Amino acid sequence: MMTRNFQNFLRALGKPLVLFIIRFGELVQFLVKTLYHCFAPPFYFKNFGRQLLDMGFYSLPVVGLTTIFAGMVIALQSYSGFARFGAESAVASVVFISVTRELAPVLSALMVAGRIGAAMAAEIGTMRVTEQIDALQTLSTNPFKYLVAPRVWSGLIVLPILVFLGDIIGIFGGYVVGVYKLGFNPANYINSTLENMEALDIISGLVKASVFGFIIALMGCYNGYRSKGGAQGVGEATTNAVVSASILILIFNYILTEVFFSK
Amino acid sequence: MEKEIKISIRNLQKSFGKKQVLRGVDLDIRAGESLVVIGGSGTGKSVLIKCIQGLLTPDEGSIKIDGEETIGKNARHLRDLNARMGMLFQGGALFDSLSVWENVAFSLLENKKISRDKAKLEAVRVLRQVGLASDVADLSPSELSGGMQKRVGLARAVITRPEIILFDEPTTGLDPIMADVINDLIVESAKGLGATTLTITHDMASARKIADKVAMLYEGKIIWQGTVKEMDKTDNPYVCQFINGCAQGPIKMEF
Ligand SMILES: Nc1ncnc2c1ncn2[C@@H]1O[C@H](COP(=O)(O)OP(=O)(O)OP(=O)(O)O)[C@@H](O)[C@H]1O
Ligand SMILES: [Mg+2]
Repeated sequence: MMTRNFQNFLRALGKPLVLFIIRFGELVQFLVKTLYHCFAPPFYFKNFGRQLLDMGFYSLPVVGLTTIFAGMVIALQSYSGFARFGAESAVASVVFISVTRELAPVLSALMVAGRIGAAMAAEIGTMRVTEQIDALQTLSTNPFKYLVAPRVWSGLIVLPILVFLGDIIGIFGGYVVGVYKLGFNPANYINSTLENMEALDIISGLVKASVFGFIIALMGCYNGYRSKGGAQGVGEATTNAVVSASILILIFNYILTEVFFSK
Repeated sequence: MEKEIKISIRNLQKSFGKKQVLRGVDLDIRAGESLVVIGGSGTGKSVLIKCIQGLLTPDEGSIKIDGEETIGKNARHLRDLNARMGMLFQGGALFDSLSVWENVAFSLLENKKISRDKAKLEAVRVLRQVGLASDVADLSPSELSGGMQKRVGLARAVITRPEIILFDEPTTGLDPIMADVINDLIVESAKGLGATTLTITHDMASARKIADKVAMLYEGKIIWQGTVKEMDKTDNPYVCQFINGCAQGPIKMEF
Protein backbone atom coordinates (compact mmCIF):
# COMPACT_ATOMS: atom_id res chain seq x y z
CA MET A 1 0.00 0.00 0.00
CA MET A 2 2.67 2.38 1.10
CA THR A 3 4.86 1.62 -1.90
CA ARG A 4 1.91 1.97 -4.28
CA ASN A 5 1.25 5.47 -2.97
CA PHE A 6 4.89 6.30 -3.23
CA GLN A 7 5.00 5.03 -6.81
CA ASN A 8 1.98 7.12 -7.73
CA PHE A 9 3.61 10.10 -6.11
CA LEU A 10 6.79 9.57 -8.10
CA ARG A 11 4.78 9.07 -11.27
CA ALA A 12 2.89 12.32 -10.75
CA LEU A 13 6.16 14.08 -10.08
CA GLY A 14 8.03 12.32 -12.87
CA LYS A 15 6.00 13.27 -15.93
CA PRO A 16 6.17 17.04 -15.55
CA LEU A 17 9.80 16.72 -14.53
CA VAL A 18 10.71 14.73 -17.62
CA LEU A 19 8.75 17.18 -19.77
CA PHE A 20 10.57 20.05 -18.13
CA ILE A 21 13.95 18.48 -18.77
CA ILE A 22 13.06 17.84 -22.42
CA ARG A 23 11.87 21.42 -22.88
CA PHE A 24 15.00 22.73 -21.21
CA GLY A 25 17.17 20.62 -23.51
CA GLU A 26 15.29 21.94 -26.54
CA LEU A 27 15.78 25.49 -25.36
CA VAL A 28 19.52 24.98 -24.87
CA GLN A 29 19.79 23.49 -28.33
CA PHE A 30 17.89 26.46 -29.75
CA LEU A 31 20.18 28.83 -27.86
CA VAL A 32 23.35 27.22 -29.19
CA LYS A 33 22.04 27.30 -32.76
CA THR A 34 20.99 30.92 -32.33
CA LEU A 35 24.41 31.97 -31.04
CA TYR A 36 26.14 30.21 -33.93
CA HIS A 37 23.92 31.81 -36.57
CA CYS A 38 24.24 35.25 -34.98
CA PHE A 39 27.93 35.24 -35.89
CA ALA A 40 28.04 33.20 -39.11
CA PRO A 41 27.33 35.11 -42.35
CA PRO A 42 25.25 35.94 -44.32
CA PHE A 43 23.52 38.66 -42.31
CA TYR A 44 20.15 40.02 -43.33
CA PHE A 45 20.57 43.73 -42.64
CA LYS A 46 17.17 44.66 -43.99
CA ASN A 47 15.41 42.38 -41.52
CA PHE A 48 17.64 43.73 -38.76
CA GLY A 49 16.65 47.28 -39.69
CA ARG A 50 12.97 46.44 -39.60
CA GLN A 51 13.39 44.91 -36.14
CA LEU A 52 15.28 47.96 -34.87
CA LEU A 53 12.40 50.15 -35.95
CA ASP A 54 9.70 47.88 -34.50
CA MET A 55 11.47 47.12 -31.28
CA GLY A 56 13.13 50.46 -30.70
CA PHE A 57 11.36 53.38 -32.23
CA TYR A 58 7.81 52.16 -31.79
CA SER A 59 8.47 51.10 -28.17
CA LEU A 60 9.54 54.61 -27.18
CA PRO A 61 6.08 55.85 -26.09
CA VAL A 62 5.51 52.81 -23.90
CA VAL A 63 8.94 53.01 -22.30
CA GLY A 64 8.63 56.79 -21.85
CA LEU A 65 5.28 56.51 -20.09
CA THR A 66 6.45 53.65 -17.89
CA THR A 67 9.62 55.32 -16.73
CA ILE A 68 8.22 58.80 -16.18
CA PHE A 69 5.56 57.45 -13.83
CA ALA A 70 8.10 55.19 -12.15
CA GLY A 71 10.35 58.19 -11.47
CA MET A 72 7.45 60.27 -10.22
CA VAL A 73 6.11 57.67 -7.87
CA ILE A 74 9.50 56.85 -6.41
CA ALA A 75 10.03 60.54 -5.60
CA LEU A 76 6.70 60.68 -3.83
CA GLN A 77 7.15 57.40 -1.98
CA SER A 78 10.66 58.06 -0.78
CA TYR A 79 9.73 61.56 0.38
CA SER A 80 6.86 60.36 2.54
CA GLY A 81 8.83 57.33 3.69
CA PHE A 82 12.01 59.21 4.55
CA ALA A 83 10.12 61.89 6.44
CA ARG A 84 10.02 59.37 9.31
CA PHE A 85 13.81 59.48 9.51
CA GLY A 86 14.13 63.14 8.69
CA ALA A 87 16.05 62.26 5.56
CA GLU A 88 13.95 63.94 2.88
CA SER A 89 17.08 65.36 1.32
CA ALA A 90 18.01 61.89 0.02
CA VAL A 91 15.07 61.91 -2.41
CA ALA A 92 17.10 62.98 -5.43
CA SER A 93 19.69 60.25 -4.97
CA VAL A 94 17.09 57.61 -4.28
CA VAL A 95 15.29 58.53 -7.48
CA PHE A 96 18.53 58.36 -9.44
CA ILE A 97 19.63 55.02 -8.01
CA SER A 98 16.30 53.27 -8.20
CA VAL A 99 15.51 54.46 -11.70
CA THR A 100 18.88 53.65 -13.25
CA ARG A 101 19.56 50.39 -11.43
CA GLU A 102 16.14 48.83 -11.27
CA LEU A 103 13.03 50.60 -12.45
CA ALA A 104 14.01 51.67 -15.94
CA PRO A 105 15.62 48.36 -16.99
CA VAL A 106 13.12 46.01 -15.37
CA LEU A 107 9.89 47.86 -16.10
CA SER A 108 10.93 48.71 -19.66
CA ALA A 109 11.95 45.12 -20.31
CA LEU A 110 8.66 43.80 -18.99
CA MET A 111 6.72 46.24 -21.17
CA VAL A 112 8.80 45.38 -24.25
CA ALA A 113 8.37 41.66 -23.51
CA GLY A 114 4.62 42.17 -23.65
CA ARG A 115 4.80 44.25 -26.79
CA ILE A 116 7.62 42.72 -28.84
CA GLY A 117 8.08 39.23 -27.40
CA ALA A 118 4.43 38.54 -28.12
CA ALA A 119 4.63 39.98 -31.63
CA MET A 120 7.72 37.91 -32.43
CA ALA A 121 6.15 34.69 -31.23
CA ALA A 122 2.95 35.41 -33.15
CA GLU A 123 4.77 36.29 -36.38
CA ILE A 124 7.23 33.39 -36.33
CA GLY A 125 4.54 31.02 -35.06
CA THR A 126 2.26 31.95 -37.95
CA MET A 127 5.14 31.46 -40.36
CA ARG A 128 5.70 28.02 -38.86
CA VAL A 129 2.11 26.81 -39.11
CA THR A 130 1.62 28.20 -42.63
CA GLU A 131 4.86 26.47 -43.75
CA GLN A 132 6.61 29.75 -44.51
CA ILE A 133 9.60 28.56 -42.49
CA ASP A 134 9.76 25.40 -44.59
CA ALA A 135 9.50 27.56 -47.69
CA LEU A 136 12.49 29.63 -46.54
CA GLN A 137 14.49 26.44 -46.31
CA THR A 138 13.49 25.33 -49.81
CA LEU A 139 14.76 28.69 -51.05
CA SER A 140 18.18 27.93 -49.55
CA THR A 141 17.71 30.45 -46.76
CA ASN A 142 18.43 29.44 -43.20
CA PRO A 143 15.50 30.49 -40.98
CA PHE A 144 17.84 31.05 -38.03
CA LYS A 145 19.86 33.55 -40.03
CA TYR A 146 16.86 35.14 -41.71
CA LEU A 147 14.46 35.33 -38.78
CA VAL A 148 16.15 34.66 -35.44
CA ALA A 149 19.55 36.37 -35.69
CA PRO A 150 18.19 39.81 -36.72
CA ARG A 151 15.73 39.76 -33.84
CA VAL A 152 18.31 38.70 -31.27
CA TRP A 153 20.81 41.33 -32.39
CA SER A 154 18.12 43.95 -32.33
CA GLY A 155 17.11 42.93 -28.79
CA LEU A 156 20.72 43.14 -27.58
CA ILE A 157 21.22 46.61 -29.03
CA VAL A 158 17.84 48.29 -28.76
CA LEU A 159 17.00 47.64 -25.12
CA PRO A 160 20.03 49.47 -23.67
CA ILE A 161 19.22 52.49 -25.86
CA LEU A 162 15.60 52.45 -24.75
CA VAL A 163 16.63 52.09 -21.12
CA PHE A 164 19.13 54.92 -21.35
CA LEU A 165 16.38 57.19 -22.64
CA GLY A 166 14.13 55.74 -19.93
CA ASP A 167 16.74 56.69 -17.29
CA ILE A 168 16.65 60.31 -18.42
CA ILE A 169 12.86 60.41 -18.60
CA GLY A 170 12.46 58.70 -15.20
CA ILE A 171 14.88 61.05 -13.46
CA PHE A 172 13.07 63.95 -15.06
CA GLY A 173 9.80 62.57 -13.67
CA GLY A 174 11.33 62.49 -10.19
CA TYR A 175 12.56 66.03 -10.63
CA VAL A 176 9.12 67.29 -11.65
CA VAL A 177 7.48 65.78 -8.59
CA GLY A 178 10.36 66.85 -6.33
CA VAL A 179 10.30 70.46 -7.43
CA TYR A 180 6.65 71.17 -8.25
CA LYS A 181 4.95 69.02 -5.65
CA LEU A 182 7.38 68.51 -2.79
CA GLY A 183 8.84 71.97 -3.01
CA PHE A 184 12.55 71.21 -3.42
CA ASN A 185 14.73 73.96 -4.75
CA PRO A 186 15.47 73.08 -8.41
CA ALA A 187 19.18 73.87 -8.17
CA ASN A 188 19.58 71.86 -4.96
CA TYR A 189 17.71 68.91 -6.43
CA ILE A 190 19.91 68.85 -9.53
CA ASN A 191 23.05 69.30 -7.45
CA SER A 192 22.29 66.43 -5.14
CA THR A 193 21.48 64.24 -8.13
CA LEU A 194 24.79 65.07 -9.78
CA GLU A 195 26.86 64.81 -6.60
CA ASN A 196 25.83 61.25 -5.81
CA MET A 197 25.74 60.01 -9.35
CA GLU A 198 27.87 56.95 -10.14
CA ALA A 199 28.66 55.50 -13.53
CA LEU A 200 28.18 51.95 -12.29
CA ASP A 201 24.51 52.66 -11.54
CA ILE A 202 23.87 53.52 -15.17
CA ILE A 203 26.17 50.91 -16.66
CA SER A 204 24.75 48.05 -14.62
CA GLY A 205 21.28 49.07 -15.76
CA LEU A 206 22.32 49.09 -19.41
CA VAL A 207 24.02 45.69 -19.16
CA LYS A 208 20.87 44.33 -17.56
CA ALA A 209 18.85 45.84 -20.39
CA SER A 210 20.98 44.10 -22.99
CA VAL A 211 20.56 40.74 -21.29
CA PHE A 212 16.81 41.32 -21.01
CA GLY A 213 16.62 42.23 -24.70
CA PHE A 214 18.35 38.97 -25.54
CA ILE A 215 15.93 37.03 -23.34
CA ILE A 216 12.88 38.70 -24.92
CA ALA A 217 14.02 37.95 -28.47
CA LEU A 218 15.15 34.43 -27.64
CA MET A 219 11.89 33.47 -25.94
CA GLY A 220 9.80 35.12 -28.65
CA CYS A 221 11.64 33.27 -31.41
CA TYR A 222 11.88 29.97 -29.56
CA ASN A 223 8.20 29.77 -28.72
CA GLY A 224 7.17 30.90 -32.18
CA TYR A 225 9.54 28.49 -33.87
CA ARG A 226 8.28 25.41 -32.07
CA SER A 227 4.58 26.26 -32.28
CA LYS A 228 2.28 23.89 -34.07
CA GLY A 229 -1.37 23.27 -34.75
CA GLY A 230 -2.88 26.41 -36.23
CA ALA A 231 -4.28 29.50 -34.53
CA GLN A 232 -4.53 27.87 -31.12
CA GLY A 233 -0.87 26.85 -31.21
CA VAL A 234 0.18 30.34 -32.16
CA GLY A 235 -1.89 31.78 -29.32
CA GLU A 236 -0.22 29.44 -26.87
CA ALA A 237 3.21 30.34 -28.21
CA THR A 238 2.46 34.02 -27.71
CA THR A 239 1.39 33.54 -24.10
CA ASN A 240 4.38 31.31 -23.36
CA ALA A 241 6.77 33.80 -24.90
CA VAL A 242 5.57 36.65 -22.68
CA VAL A 243 5.30 34.63 -19.48
CA SER A 244 8.64 32.86 -19.83
CA ALA A 245 10.44 36.05 -20.84
CA SER A 246 8.98 37.95 -17.88
CA ILE A 247 9.96 35.28 -15.38
CA LEU A 248 13.46 34.98 -16.81
CA ILE A 249 13.83 38.76 -16.70
CA LEU A 250 13.02 38.80 -12.99
CA ILE A 251 15.37 35.89 -12.27
CA PHE A 252 18.26 37.36 -14.24
CA ASN A 253 17.61 40.75 -12.69
CA TYR A 254 18.43 39.23 -9.32
CA ILE A 255 21.45 37.32 -10.60
CA LEU A 256 22.93 40.38 -12.33
CA THR A 257 22.35 42.53 -9.27
CA GLU A 258 24.34 40.00 -7.27
CA VAL A 259 27.11 40.12 -9.82
CA PHE A 260 27.31 43.91 -9.83
CA PHE A 261 26.63 44.96 -6.26
CA SER A 262 27.22 42.22 -3.73
CA LYS A 263 30.71 42.48 -2.44
CA MET B 1 16.42 5.38 -74.88
CA GLU B 2 15.93 5.46 -71.13
CA LYS B 3 17.54 8.36 -69.30
CA GLU B 4 19.57 7.86 -66.12
CA ILE B 5 17.78 7.83 -62.78
CA LYS B 6 17.63 11.26 -61.14
CA ILE B 7 15.86 10.49 -57.89
CA SER B 8 15.92 7.06 -56.36
CA ILE B 9 13.90 6.34 -53.23
CA ARG B 10 14.26 3.06 -51.34
CA ASN B 11 12.31 1.73 -48.38
CA LEU B 12 11.34 5.20 -47.18
CA GLN B 13 9.58 5.13 -43.81
CA LYS B 14 8.20 7.93 -41.72
CA SER B 15 5.97 7.91 -38.64
CA PHE B 16 4.51 10.67 -36.52
CA GLY B 17 4.25 9.31 -33.00
CA LYS B 18 2.43 6.00 -33.31
CA LYS B 19 1.02 6.86 -36.71
CA GLN B 20 2.93 5.19 -39.55
CA VAL B 21 2.51 7.35 -42.63
CA LEU B 22 5.11 6.02 -45.08
CA ARG B 23 5.79 2.29 -44.75
CA GLY B 24 8.53 1.63 -47.26
CA VAL B 25 8.17 3.71 -50.40
CA ASP B 26 10.24 2.62 -53.42
CA LEU B 27 10.26 4.99 -56.36
CA ASP B 28 12.57 5.92 -59.23
CA ILE B 29 12.28 9.08 -61.25
CA ARG B 30 14.34 9.43 -64.43
CA ALA B 31 15.98 12.68 -65.50
CA GLY B 32 13.58 14.91 -67.42
CA GLU B 33 10.63 12.72 -66.52
CA SER B 34 7.32 14.02 -65.20
CA LEU B 35 6.00 11.73 -62.50
CA VAL B 36 2.55 12.17 -61.03
CA VAL B 37 1.75 10.71 -57.62
CA ILE B 38 -1.90 10.04 -56.91
CA GLY B 39 -3.50 8.73 -53.77
CA GLY B 40 -6.23 9.40 -51.28
CA SER B 41 -6.32 12.33 -48.94
CA GLY B 42 -4.04 11.83 -45.94
CA THR B 43 -2.04 8.95 -47.40
CA GLY B 44 1.24 10.83 -47.01
CA LYS B 45 1.85 12.40 -50.41
CA SER B 46 2.87 15.73 -48.94
CA VAL B 47 5.04 13.94 -46.39
CA LEU B 48 6.77 12.12 -49.26
CA ILE B 49 7.79 15.27 -51.10
CA LYS B 50 8.81 16.97 -47.87
CA CYS B 51 11.19 14.07 -47.29
CA ILE B 52 12.63 14.48 -50.79
CA GLN B 53 13.01 18.21 -50.26
CA GLY B 54 14.77 17.59 -46.94
CA LEU B 55 12.15 19.31 -44.78
CA LEU B 56 11.35 16.10 -42.92
CA THR B 57 13.88 13.50 -41.88
CA PRO B 58 12.63 9.99 -42.61
CA ASP B 59 12.94 7.30 -39.94
CA GLU B 60 14.37 4.78 -42.34
CA GLY B 61 15.36 4.35 -45.97
CA SER B 62 17.36 6.21 -48.56
CA ILE B 63 16.84 9.00 -51.04
CA LYS B 64 19.52 9.37 -53.69
CA ILE B 65 19.70 12.31 -56.05
CA ASP B 66 22.07 11.83 -58.99
CA GLY B 67 23.27 8.72 -57.19
CA GLU B 68 24.22 10.64 -54.07
CA GLU B 69 22.62 9.92 -50.71
CA THR B 70 20.84 12.99 -49.31
CA ILE B 71 19.68 11.74 -45.94
CA GLY B 72 21.80 12.57 -42.93
CA LYS B 73 23.83 15.23 -44.74
CA ASN B 74 24.84 18.48 -43.02
CA ALA B 75 23.16 21.86 -43.36
CA ARG B 76 25.46 23.19 -46.10
CA HIS B 77 24.83 20.11 -48.20
CA LEU B 78 21.12 20.53 -47.75
CA ARG B 79 21.41 24.16 -48.81
CA ASP B 80 23.18 23.24 -52.03
CA LEU B 81 20.60 20.56 -52.65
CA ASN B 82 17.75 23.00 -52.09
CA ALA B 83 19.33 25.39 -54.56
CA ARG B 84 18.82 22.76 -57.27
CA MET B 85 15.20 22.11 -56.33
CA GLY B 86 12.01 24.13 -56.39
CA MET B 87 8.88 23.34 -54.45
CA LEU B 88 5.28 24.47 -54.61
CA PHE B 89 3.59 24.04 -51.24
CA GLN B 90 0.06 22.75 -51.01
CA GLY B 91 -0.93 25.83 -49.03
CA GLY B 92 1.16 28.28 -51.02
CA ALA B 93 3.37 29.24 -48.06
CA LEU B 94 3.94 32.74 -49.38
CA PHE B 95 5.82 35.19 -47.16
CA ASP B 96 3.19 37.62 -45.98
CA SER B 97 5.73 40.24 -44.94
CA LEU B 98 6.86 40.61 -48.57
CA SER B 99 5.04 41.78 -51.69
CA VAL B 100 4.04 39.35 -54.42
CA TRP B 101 7.01 40.09 -56.66
CA GLU B 102 9.46 39.95 -53.73
CA ASN B 103 8.09 36.50 -52.98
CA VAL B 104 8.60 35.35 -56.55
CA ALA B 105 12.06 36.88 -56.79
CA PHE B 106 13.17 35.75 -53.31
CA SER B 107 16.00 33.51 -54.50
CA LEU B 108 17.22 36.06 -57.00
CA LEU B 109 17.34 38.78 -54.35
CA GLU B 110 18.73 36.79 -51.42
CA ASN B 111 20.93 34.14 -53.01
CA LYS B 112 21.96 35.42 -56.40
CA LYS B 113 22.22 39.07 -55.35
CA ILE B 114 20.61 40.34 -58.52
CA SER B 115 19.64 44.03 -58.45
CA ARG B 116 16.08 44.77 -57.41
CA ASP B 117 15.11 46.27 -60.77
CA LYS B 118 16.27 43.27 -62.75
CA ALA B 119 14.78 40.84 -60.25
CA LYS B 120 11.43 42.61 -60.47
CA LEU B 121 11.41 42.44 -64.28
CA GLU B 122 12.11 38.73 -64.12
CA ALA B 123 9.44 38.19 -61.46
CA VAL B 124 6.84 40.02 -63.54
CA ARG B 125 7.77 37.92 -66.57
CA VAL B 126 7.28 34.66 -64.67
CA LEU B 127 4.07 35.96 -63.10
CA ARG B 128 2.73 36.55 -66.61
CA GLN B 129 3.56 32.93 -67.48
CA VAL B 130 1.30 31.74 -64.67
CA GLY B 131 -1.48 34.02 -65.87
CA LEU B 132 -1.08 36.94 -63.48
CA ALA B 133 -1.01 40.52 -64.76
CA SER B 134 1.80 42.84 -63.75
CA ASP B 135 -0.47 44.89 -61.48
CA VAL B 136 -0.55 42.14 -58.86
CA ALA B 137 3.23 42.36 -58.45
CA ASP B 138 3.08 45.08 -55.82
CA LEU B 139 0.17 43.66 -53.85
CA SER B 140 0.62 41.71 -50.64
CA PRO B 141 -0.10 37.93 -50.84
CA SER B 142 -3.05 38.31 -48.45
CA GLU B 143 -4.79 40.50 -51.03
CA LEU B 144 -4.91 37.66 -53.56
CA SER B 145 -7.48 34.89 -53.99
CA GLY B 146 -6.50 31.32 -53.09
CA GLY B 147 -5.95 30.33 -56.71
CA MET B 148 -3.84 33.41 -57.36
CA GLN B 149 -1.70 32.63 -54.30
CA LYS B 150 -1.15 29.15 -55.64
CA ARG B 151 0.09 30.55 -58.93
CA VAL B 152 2.44 32.94 -57.15
CA GLY B 153 3.83 29.94 -55.26
CA LEU B 154 4.28 28.21 -58.58
CA ALA B 155 6.12 31.20 -60.03
CA ARG B 156 8.42 31.25 -56.99
CA ALA B 157 9.20 27.55 -57.44
CA VAL B 158 10.16 27.79 -61.12
CA ILE B 159 11.87 31.19 -61.37
CA THR B 160 15.39 29.84 -60.82
CA ARG B 161 14.79 27.02 -63.34
CA PRO B 162 15.74 24.27 -60.91
CA GLU B 163 16.69 20.77 -62.06
CA ILE B 164 14.03 19.19 -59.89
CA ILE B 165 10.61 20.69 -59.21
CA LEU B 166 8.11 19.32 -56.72
CA PHE B 167 4.51 20.42 -57.14
CA ASP B 168 2.05 19.73 -54.32
CA GLU B 169 -1.43 19.92 -55.87
CA PRO B 170 -0.71 22.72 -58.35
CA THR B 171 -4.21 22.85 -59.85
CA THR B 172 -6.36 22.41 -56.75
CA GLY B 173 -8.61 25.42 -56.32
CA LEU B 174 -8.17 26.70 -59.87
CA ASP B 175 -10.89 26.98 -62.51
CA PRO B 176 -10.57 24.44 -65.37
CA ILE B 177 -9.13 26.92 -67.83
CA MET B 178 -6.49 28.22 -65.45
CA ALA B 179 -5.74 24.65 -64.43
CA ASP B 180 -4.92 23.91 -68.05
CA VAL B 181 -2.62 26.95 -68.24
CA ILE B 182 -0.78 25.57 -65.22
CA ASN B 183 -0.63 22.10 -66.78
CA ASP B 184 0.99 23.64 -69.84
CA LEU B 185 3.48 25.43 -67.66
CA ILE B 186 4.43 22.22 -65.88
CA VAL B 187 4.79 20.38 -69.17
CA GLU B 188 6.92 23.20 -70.47
CA SER B 189 9.14 23.17 -67.35
CA ALA B 190 9.72 19.50 -67.85
CA LYS B 191 10.03 19.36 -71.62
CA GLY B 192 11.30 22.88 -72.33
CA LEU B 193 13.77 23.25 -69.47
CA GLY B 194 14.54 19.59 -69.00
CA ALA B 195 13.54 19.63 -65.34
CA THR B 196 12.61 16.47 -63.50
CA THR B 197 9.21 17.00 -61.93
CA LEU B 198 7.15 15.25 -59.31
CA THR B 199 3.55 16.38 -59.13
CA ILE B 200 0.96 15.43 -56.57
CA THR B 201 -2.59 15.77 -57.76
CA HIS B 202 -6.16 14.58 -57.30
CA ASP B 203 -7.08 16.09 -60.66
CA MET B 204 -7.09 13.22 -63.17
CA ALA B 205 -7.42 15.52 -66.17
CA SER B 206 -4.26 17.26 -65.07
CA ALA B 207 -2.52 13.94 -64.38
CA ARG B 208 -3.31 12.70 -67.91
CA LYS B 209 -1.92 15.86 -69.42
CA ILE B 210 1.37 16.18 -67.55
CA ALA B 211 2.35 12.65 -66.58
CA ASP B 212 4.99 10.55 -68.29
CA LYS B 213 4.39 8.15 -65.50
CA VAL B 214 1.84 7.77 -62.72
CA ALA B 215 2.43 6.20 -59.32
CA MET B 216 -0.21 5.45 -56.74
CA LEU B 217 0.43 5.74 -53.02
CA TYR B 218 -1.78 3.66 -50.77
CA GLU B 219 -1.28 2.71 -47.13
CA GLY B 220 2.24 4.08 -47.13
CA LYS B 221 3.52 2.22 -50.17
CA ILE B 222 3.61 2.68 -53.93
CA ILE B 223 1.15 -0.01 -54.98
CA TRP B 224 1.15 0.63 -58.71
CA GLN B 225 3.10 2.60 -61.30
CA GLY B 226 3.04 2.92 -65.05
CA THR B 227 2.30 5.24 -67.97
CA VAL B 228 -1.02 6.96 -68.51
CA LYS B 229 -1.95 4.39 -71.18
CA GLU B 230 -1.18 1.56 -68.81
CA MET B 231 -3.24 3.32 -66.14
CA ASP B 232 -6.31 3.29 -68.37
CA LYS B 233 -5.88 -0.38 -69.18
CA THR B 234 -4.86 -1.69 -65.77
CA ASP B 235 -7.12 -4.02 -63.86
CA ASN B 236 -5.59 -3.05 -60.53
CA PRO B 237 -8.76 -2.51 -58.47
CA TYR B 238 -7.26 0.27 -56.36
CA VAL B 239 -6.17 2.31 -59.36
CA CYS B 240 -9.47 1.70 -61.19
CA GLN B 241 -11.44 2.85 -58.20
CA PHE B 242 -9.31 5.95 -57.75
CA ILE B 243 -9.27 7.16 -61.34
CA ASN B 244 -12.98 6.55 -61.76
CA GLY B 245 -13.80 8.04 -58.36
CA CYS B 246 -16.09 5.30 -57.07
CA ALA B 247 -17.13 4.99 -53.45
CA GLN B 248 -17.36 1.23 -53.91
CA GLY B 249 -14.17 -0.78 -54.12
CA PRO B 250 -11.21 -2.04 -52.13
CA ILE B 251 -10.23 1.43 -50.85
CA LYS B 252 -12.25 2.10 -47.73
CA MET B 253 -12.65 5.66 -46.59
CA GLU B 254 -12.39 6.06 -42.85
CA PHE B 255 -14.99 8.39 -41.49
N1 LIG C 1 4.05 17.43 -39.04
C1 LIG C 1 3.19 16.41 -38.83
N2 LIG C 1 2.96 15.97 -37.59
C2 LIG C 1 2.12 14.95 -37.35
N3 LIG C 1 1.45 14.31 -38.29
C3 LIG C 1 1.61 14.69 -39.56
C4 LIG C 1 2.49 15.76 -39.90
N4 LIG C 1 2.46 15.93 -41.23
C5 LIG C 1 1.61 15.00 -41.70
N5 LIG C 1 1.09 14.25 -40.71
C6 LIG C 1 0.15 13.14 -40.85
O1 LIG C 1 0.56 12.38 -41.95
C7 LIG C 1 -0.54 11.97 -42.72
C8 LIG C 1 -0.31 12.28 -44.18
O2 LIG C 1 -0.30 13.67 -44.36
P1 LIG C 1 -0.07 14.34 -45.78
O3 LIG C 1 -0.15 15.82 -45.56
O4 LIG C 1 1.15 13.81 -46.41
O5 LIG C 1 -1.34 13.84 -46.59
P2 LIG C 1 -1.59 14.02 -48.15
O6 LIG C 1 -1.46 12.68 -48.77
O7 LIG C 1 -0.78 15.12 -48.68
O8 LIG C 1 -3.14 14.43 -48.15
P3 LIG C 1 -3.86 15.56 -49.04
O9 LIG C 1 -4.13 14.94 -50.34
O10 LIG C 1 -5.14 15.81 -48.28
O11 LIG C 1 -2.97 16.73 -49.10
C9 LIG C 1 -1.77 12.66 -42.15
O12 LIG C 1 -2.55 11.70 -41.53
C10 LIG C 1 -1.25 13.63 -41.15
O13 LIG C 1 -2.04 13.58 -40.01
MG1 LIG D 1 -1.00 16.99 -49.19
